Amino acid sequence: MEYEPIIGLEVHAQLLTESKIFCGCSTRFGAAPNSNTCPICLGMPGVLPVLNRTVVEYAIKMALATHCRINRVNSFARKNYFYPDLPKGYQISQYAEPLAEKGHIDIEYDGTRKTIGITRIHMEEDAGKSIHEDDGDYTYVDLNRTGVPLIEIVSEPDMRSPAEGAAYLRRLHEILVYLEICDGNMEEGSFRCDANVSVRPRGTETFGTRAELKNMNSFRNVQLALDYEIERQIDCLESGETVIQETRLWDAQGRVTHSMRGKEEAHDYRYFPEPDLVPVMISDNWINDVKRGLPELPLEKRDRFVREYGIPSYDAGVLTASRALADYFEVVAKVTGQPKTASNWVMGSVLASVKEEKIEVEKIPVSPDALGDMIIAIVDGTISGKIAKDVFDAMWQTGKSPRVIIEEKGLAQIDDTGAVDAVVNEVLIAHPMQLAEYQAGKEKLFGFFVGQVMKRTQGKANPQVVNDILKKKLSEQ
Amino acid sequence: MSLNELTVHDVHNKLVTGEVTAVEVLEAVYDRIDAVDGTINAYISLMKEGAYEAAEQADRDLSEGRVKPLTGIPVAIKDILSTEGVRTTCGSRMLENFIPPYDATVIRRMKEAGAVLVGKTNMDEFAMGSSNETSYFGVTRNPWDRNRIPGGSSGGSAAAVNANECIAAVGSDTGGSIRQPAAHCGVVGLKPTYGRVSRYGLIAFASSLDQVGPLTKDVEDAAVMMNVLAGHDAADSTSVPHPVPDYRENLSRGIEGWTVGIPREYFIEGIDPEIKAAVDGVIATVESLGAECRDISLPHSRYCVAVYYIIAPAEASSNLARYDGVRYGFRTSGGDTLLDSYKMTRSAGFGAEVKRRIMIGTYSLSAGYYDAYYKKASQVRALIKKDFDDAFRSCDIILTPTTPTPAFRIGEKVDDPLQMYLTDIFTLSINLAGVPALSLPCGYSTDGLPLGVQLIAHHFQEDKLIQAAAAVESHLPLEKKRPGI
Repeated sequence: MEYEPIIGLEVHAQLLTESKIFCGCSTRFGAAPNSNTCPICLGMPGVLPVLNRTVVEYAIKMALATHCRINRVNSFARKNYFYPDLPKGYQISQYAEPLAEKGHIDIEYDGTRKTIGITRIHMEEDAGKSIHEDDGDYTYVDLNRTGVPLIEIVSEPDMRSPAEGAAYLRRLHEILVYLEICDGNMEEGSFRCDANVSVRPRGTETFGTRAELKNMNSFRNVQLALDYEIERQIDCLESGETVIQETRLWDAQGRVTHSMRGKEEAHDYRYFPEPDLVPVMISDNWINDVKRGLPELPLEKRDRFVREYGIPSYDAGVLTASRALADYFEVVAKVTGQPKTASNWVMGSVLASVKEEKIEVEKIPVSPDALGDMIIAIVDGTISGKIAKDVFDAMWQTGKSPRVIIEEKGLAQIDDTGAVDAVVNEVLIAHPMQLAEYQAGKEKLFGFFVGQVMKRTQGKANPQVVNDILKKKLSEQ
Repeated sequence: MSLNELTVHDVHNKLVTGEVTAVEVLEAVYDRIDAVDGTINAYISLMKEGAYEAAEQADRDLSEGRVKPLTGIPVAIKDILSTEGVRTTCGSRMLENFIPPYDATVIRRMKEAGAVLVGKTNMDEFAMGSSNETSYFGVTRNPWDRNRIPGGSSGGSAAAVNANECIAAVGSDTGGSIRQPAAHCGVVGLKPTYGRVSRYGLIAFASSLDQVGPLTKDVEDAAVMMNVLAGHDAADSTSVPHPVPDYRENLSRGIEGWTVGIPREYFIEGIDPEIKAAVDGVIATVESLGAECRDISLPHSRYCVAVYYIIAPAEASSNLARYDGVRYGFRTSGGDTLLDSYKMTRSAGFGAEVKRRIMIGTYSLSAGYYDAYYKKASQVRALIKKDFDDAFRSCDIILTPTTPTPAFRIGEKVDDPLQMYLTDIFTLSINLAGVPALSLPCGYSTDGLPLGVQLIAHHFQEDKLIQAAAAVESHLPLEKKRPGI
């Protein structure tokens, strides 16, 4: 029998606010354990939460970017469970009245686009971190992360393959980073994903029993875990067993999922409205203000680049992978008026150097205006495309403008017919044997003579001029 | 009359005129505590060092003409309010040795107003009780009769005020915890509107019901204390930025032409006849002052106890989850697993009543029960609030007994939770509706026990409450009796 997987994803994204969601403590990652804490996030007796407005603003951004309906009145609830890294014994989250609902995003996979529904987006506080000693009896608790703001983005069960799931995650990640509300760092836990997955015989309507997968800390691991889990569930059904509803942990080393807890052991979180906070009221004005400040999102940008600059959609995809790179490209394209050449340079030399030196796009030492000037120098024949690579490297190293480098190093192309003429004569005199062979009909040697001329001019001779003169001379001989 | 017997406004006047010093007043208070608190047990901890420093500072301020509303006034603090560097137990073994790193907003406000904080008063554990019998630190005894309870949960504060172990006190009220002990100890107790006084630093019992308020020797003192306690606090999202009037302004304005509602549901079968008679006396006084008393109905009153004992324990079960022995407070040694450690710590750290309420609350929030209990109770709560909103369309204030009986004997109801819960039958609804209410002494039983009348006003009308209470206080033909200690 053929099976179809049904996948829904829950993403927790840490928001890039300066302070925590309910107190004034810093959200900085990597501080000494328990140093970014105060009585409020430590859950001391008698403390109360006060909502950080920037958290709401960032959450509204994401809701707008994912076409959600924003609940003008939404509210917080307590999710109750005991754990040492949860100081109050409850997490302040949203439950019955989330910030936003019923949105969607488009994903691209295998060249086709598909719309994935967003069930809801809600705000909540992060818990602390438990650090289990490898070979000892102790577990240490670091509460720096306690109270760091999160949004949880829950998708509809709209994905039908692990690859679609990964494409959805990449798109969500891209949007969050574009909005500058999340740094997207999966290793530091700024972007975390849980998956709900079930399988059903292809062609049937009802969903199978689902398992929840946790502990996947990269896009690749999400895909691997889903692949494994789908196979496991199909094997289950094929061998006449039933899939049970449970939470399973992905083991990245062993590349398997393990049962963590079954339905019977599932937590009863005893949600109820958080009495220490008043409902969050979101006015139309607030939404409009946020809307005005929204950047163009990746997919729209991609489409616009293809439309406006006439570059291939592959190029547009690469160039819009980050907002900074897209902005860089646009300056180069505008300065030069040559979008395809600009795209070749940005995707080629620029990204190669970025990768080689492992720097961020924001820190590229060659300004897009300078790169544009250099491309203009190629177009107007000042330098050859080949010399341009050297000019680019020098710009990267020194930060100097292309004109200065061309001047200083004398890299300008030799367009002067007289000068080229003289070099061509020298070359022909120096290689009488090759000349004879050429005249005997071995016309392939034309390239040899071009090469010799370029060598003698250190590549600076204008190739077109060299061709013309050489052709003329050879026919005259 | 010794200094510790004075009211806030009396002490204030004597300090300002230089007749006495703040240190002298404080000495009188501590002498009294030394003399009687071995019997009364109103205090869990004393703050002598800080108090003398504050009193000395007050005397310097007074000599240099810097006078603030509570300069040099010795105030007792219910041990439910967080005090920086001073042990705060909440009446529980769980916090027996807990020293908070911060001051509650009301503590900061009182310190800024010049108050001298005397000590932390005894209370029912986590404010869960109506008799102070659930305190881990032993029962507080009623100054009028040492075999009787002082009421609860602010029993220590009420007893300390009546026994002159302080000049005034602060308590908290979740279902009657200021007003019921005020009635049983013969003092004035005011539960402000929910949102009027900051809850930041008030150790939570039931967050949507808790409110801090004063316990004082007379109504004027309640006004003085409210001037300091009331006001918006950015650290408490449920506190309201409503303007704070000078509560002393209306003390002598009288209540001529007012309409006073007498809700028939509060004069039920089983109410103590002496209390009924005393409250009738107040009604007669109110009418003699030119107010009209009108029979009204608060039709959902009969659901108050049920609603309260679903909502309050539900919130408590969540609020008390933080006491797990991991970061602070009591922890048992032993326990092989995390779960064992939680179970052992919480079993030994909490008393029976607290555990009972945690279990009730956990149950009523559980999957499959939430709709039938918590959700339904919240809906009925809205109806109870509406009863009051409707009544205040035609009434200036509402008048009821504070308690159905005078102070009962220690041990009398401690093993019968239902009977104990019913002692708050007249006070619970006020917290559910969020309105302010005040208990005022209005007579004595034949056993010589004080009786209280409760005045209720609409949201944020503490000024009307104080105005009415001051009028009744000054015209009630009440014999001044001295407590038994």
